[in-house]
Parts: sequence; C-alpha cells; structure tokens
Amino acid sequence: MAYSEKVIEHYNNPRNVGVLDKSAANVGTGLVGAPECGDVMKLQIEVDEDSGKIVDARFKTYGCGSAIASSSLATEWIKGKTVDEALEIKNTHIVEELSLPPVKIHCSVLAEDAIRSAIEDYKQKNQSVTENVQAN
Amino acid sequence: MTPKLPIYMDNSATTACDPRVVEAMLPYFTERAGNAASRSHSFGWAAEEAVNTARHQVAQLIGASAKEITFTSGATESDNLAIKGIVEMYHKKGNHVITCQTEHKAVIDTCKHLESNGLEVTWLGVDDEGRLDLAALESAITDRTILVTLMAANNETGTLHQVADIGHLCHDKGVIFHCDATQAIGRIPIDVDAMQIDLLSMSAHKIYGPKGIGALYVRRRNPRVRVTPMIDGGGHERGMRSGTLNVTGIVGLGKACAILNDEMGKDVEHARTLRDALEARFRAGLDHLRINGSVEHRLPNVLNISFGYVEGESLLMGIKDVAVPSGSACTSASLEPSYVLRALGLDDDLAHNSIRFSVGRFNSIEEVDYAADLVIDAVKRLRDMSPLYEMALEGIDLKSVQWDVH
Repeated sequence: MAYSEKVIEHYNNPRNVGVLDKSAANVGTGLVGAPECGDVMKLQIEVDEDSGKIVDARFKTYGCGSAIASSSLATEWIKGKTVDEALEIKNTHIVEELSLPPVKIHCSVLAEDAIRSAIEDYKQKNQSVTENVQAN
Repeated sequence: MTPKLPIYMDNSATTACDPRVVEAMLPYFTERAGNAASRSHSFGWAAEEAVNTARHQVAQLIGASAKEITFTSGATESDNLAIKGIVEMYHKKGNHVITCQTEHKAVIDTCKHLESNGLEVTWLGVDDEGRLDLAALESAITDRTILVTLMAANNETGTLHQVADIGHLCHDKGVIFHCDATQAIGRIPIDVDAMQIDLLSMSAHKIYGPKGIGALYVRRRNPRVRVTPMIDGGGHERGMRSGTLNVTGIVGLGKACAILNDEMGKDVEHARTLRDALEARFRAGLDHLRINGSVEHRLPNVLNISFGYVEGESLLMGIKDVAVPSGSACTSASLEPSYVLRALGLDDDLAHNSIRFSVGRFNSIEEVDYAADLVIDAVKRLRDMSPLYEMALEGIDLKSVQWDVH
C-alpha cells in the first residue's frame, strides 16, 4: 500500500501523543474502535471552562498508519477550537487532507467518532457538575 | 556494519534465483532454444535431454523416479491437476475428499469449486498450534473417500503436518494422498516412499529457481495412481499436461533441485541459525510476544510472530527497509485478517499483530541483527502510542472491555 506523504509525515512525527488526566472535570475522553477490527483510538480533550475552547488534545492509537495519521491530524485540528466548532470536523475533511484511499476511509470515520466521543464525555461530566450545583 | 538495504525476509513468498540456476538456464534461451518435442534435429534433442536431466534431478530430491514427474506452471497448477484430476478419474469409486481449513488457497478454492459441483468435502480443523488431529482424519474417511489432500508445511506459520502418519493412514485405508509440499521442499527432508505420498505439488520459485515452473509427482506403483489431465492438446508429458515444455524453466527447476540434492543440509542449518537468532533477539528485547503456529513442529526458516498491542501494518511502515508481510487485515485485499491464524483460534487482534519473517539462503546474520534492532525500536515506539498497551500496563483485561465493534 502506497501512503500519501502526509500520512507518512504524521506517522513519523505524530502530533500530541500522550495522556491527559481523565478524572479532571474539564477533560473529555473518547475510546472508539475495537482490537479485533485492528484499530482503537483514544482521544482526549482539555477544555478551558471560561472560553469553552479546547486548549489541549492528546491521542493514542492502535491501528494502521492511516489510523495513526487520522488521529494525529484530528488532535491538531481541534486544538484552539470551541467544542461546537470541533464537532463540525467531518471525516471527509480528514480523507481529503491525508489523501486516504477508499479502503482507509474507516480510519477517518473512527477519528471523527473519537472527537465526538471525547466531547460527549466532557459534556456529560459537566452536565452532572451543573446538575449537582443546581441540586445544592 | 549496515547491510545493503532493503533486506528481503519474505522467502516463503518467493526466493531470488540462485545465480547457478540462472547460469544453467541461459543457453536454453539462445543457442539451445529448441523445442523438446522436435525429434528431427539436434536442437530438439538437446532440449529433450536437458528436460530429462531436470526430471531426474527433481525426482531425486523427493525419492521418486523420473517417470513420476510431470512439469507444470507451478504449485497452483499442480494442486489443481492433482485434485481435479483425481476427482474426475475416480468419480465412480466415490465423491468424497478430505482437506483442512489451513491449506493454501490453491487447494481450498479448488476444493470449493468441486464442492459447488456436487463433490462432498470434509474441512478438518486444526488445534491452536495449527496441527491436525489424526483421529479426526481417520474417522472422516469413509468408503466413498477418494482423496486426502493436506499440505506438508503451512505457508503462513511454517507449521508441519504429520505427513508420514497421514500417508500411512491413507494407504491403510486405500485412499489416495496428495501433499502440497511447496513450502516444505528444500527445508525438511521429503521422501515420497517413506511418507507414502501419492501426489506431490512443488514449485521452483520457493527453492531459488524461476517463477512459472513447478512439478507434480504422481505415484506409478504401489499403488499406481492415475489422473485425468486438465489441459488437452499435443499430448506432452505423456498426455498429463499438454503444451510446449518450458525448457528454460524446467532446466532452472532441475538445477535448483540439484543444488538442494548437494547442499540442503547446509541450507537448512543456515536458515535455522538465522531464524533462531532473530527469535532470540525479539525475546531478549521485547515482552508480550506470541509465536503463531507450532514452535516445535515448524519449518526451520519461518518465524510468524505477533507483537502484542501493535498493529501489523503500522509496524511494517516503521520497518520499511525490511521486506516482510503481516497477517493484518489492513494489508490484505479482502480486509479480513489471515484465515490461517483464525483457524488456529487466534483472537483477531493477534492476527492483526502478526508478522511473518522467512529467511533463506541469501540472508546474513548482519541482516538479522539490523532487522531485529529496527523491529524492536519500532515496536517500542508504537507501544508508546498504543492505547491497548497502556490499558494492559494498567492491568485492564482487554477482553472485559465493551468495544464498539464496527
């Protein structure tokens, strides 16, 4: 399989590999995919509560080079965006940017899912915080 | 010292021609380019003589006689000719064939084709090492069984079947035994009489010969086995396989076998030393490894290994100077992980993580050291970015996680 230069570049120099404190209230964690399918992505976001912006993002990915590149690119793109802006990122944008061939489109879908899942986790956490505050 | 890059470690896929093979072939492209079927001039006689020499060289390697060797285009054609030829020749005796789930596609798809035309096929399973249960084979044989077709060594894992036991069982039961020995030839001793093999498929390009040439051994006595030809025409190869003989290829196959007749022990020792060194380097440098297939009963040159928590295709990207394949779905056209590894009952993730290293005559210990360093570094780097490795270090049982299977 011939990879695009951008996939190779992300594979060789992945951005934002790492871990954020998943117990922190302003950190959302998404874990998508399955080992038996050959790809699992963990994507985390740290949100600044005042501005609502994603100030940091980290990923770890088990999967092929395209999966690693897709998640690396996703973390790069969501940093500095608000949560709602990040939700506008679609897998097709990733496919286009990385020139992914048709057999690798599922990698981009997984990256989009990972962003959504992390944001959902963040929102759920903060919803319950808000509810607790209201209850008190 | 850095060896010359890239490094070829995919000798189970194909081997480079031995220069001695190429040298033997060359005159038959030019000054001795006669048709082996031309009986009226010296060009034809020279070609025929070269073919006869090759036939003896091939026969000697497997303990057969020259008349039992039919040249084909390769092991796939040999498998097709053996299975379809037996099924057609013996259709009055029965319509049942026994094979195994881990055979090469040339056998599996041939059997599936015949199955769709009404043949009854038993697909034996294997244990977690890829080995057959001989009792299961024995109980699968009925009075309608005409053929058992089982490989000598598996092409993905190198796992060996109990060929001699299978052969004797088949002969006790009066069933013909075809053995696809494509991977085993030149790597373990094969003797058609000692192993009671009735038909044997082999290919030149796995034993340092050219691509596009192979042979089918067909037993002529005790018992005499007959095969209906698939390719009709000028009656070449005693009518078994029509078509002008590929004299250059046949000379190459013969020479490749002649080299093995002289040097196989040395070849095997060399391969085993390199394979064992590679395996030892991985064991010393990494944890969470699994050897796929049988460790004890396997070819001396193959190491099929899963690096836990690292997906195979991503690893291949990190070791692009080493030419090896992976059982990962991502590297296959079908997007399915290896059916051979799945038949071993291996979890799909281990199949995704598998890499097959197969060394050969032209590999060196310097190449093994270089490849081992490269692989160990790449595995470590990829584990640092693997969420599965992180979870495993945290003590999370990956099987207990509710995965979102897509």
